[in-house]
Amino acid sequence: MGTTVTRADIAEYVYEEVGLSRTETAGFVDSVLEEIASTLVEGETVKISSFGSFSVRQKEERVGRNPKTGVEVPISPRKVLIFRASHVLKDRIVAGE
Amino acid sequence: MTKSQLIQRLADQNPHLYLRDIERIVDAIFERITQALVEDDRVELRGFGAFSVKHRDARTGRNPRTGETVEVEAKRLPFFKTGKALRERLNGEA
Repeated sequence: MGTTVTRADIAEYVYEEVGLSRTETAGFVDSVLEEIASTLVEGETVKISSFGSFSVRQKEERVGRNPKTGVEVPISPRKVLIFRASHVLKDRIVAGE
Repeated sequence: MTKSQLIQRLADQNPHLYLRDIERIVDAIFERITQALVEDDRVELRGFGAFSVKHRDARTGRNPRTGETVEVEAKRLPFFKTGKALRERLNGEA
């Protein structure tokens, strides 16, 4: 509890589960993330069943305020990534299993 | 793109692997991330983003329509923060 899991930990788990070489497994974990990232960059939503969906939302320009100085500043239009967890994932986290 | 389309695209890029193995790899990746979150661990994927669990304490809420008070249980919610590199790519800065 409270530790950080990295790409290397994920690759190790995949290696144990699937049994391809360590090098190939590590490269493949990167490929999966890159495929998801490039799909999102093209503006396409990515849905992973039992896990969740990633989508890109366009934010229009709005006026923000520096909370320290109170000075108004324009916040430029930008794209943001939204992750919505699936019910399966939420339920597993709540149940702790 | 759905998970099966993701698996198909990866299969096209990796003709030397069996589709079945690619499926198992993709499932294992998301299973490992899920297990980490179940155990309250944080998952940090450099350049992509980080998954974590946020805790919400139990509170007394109110039904906004009826004004009735309701007890809302403590809960744990998954949360994702986009990584810097991906955020920049989404905005054409990288």
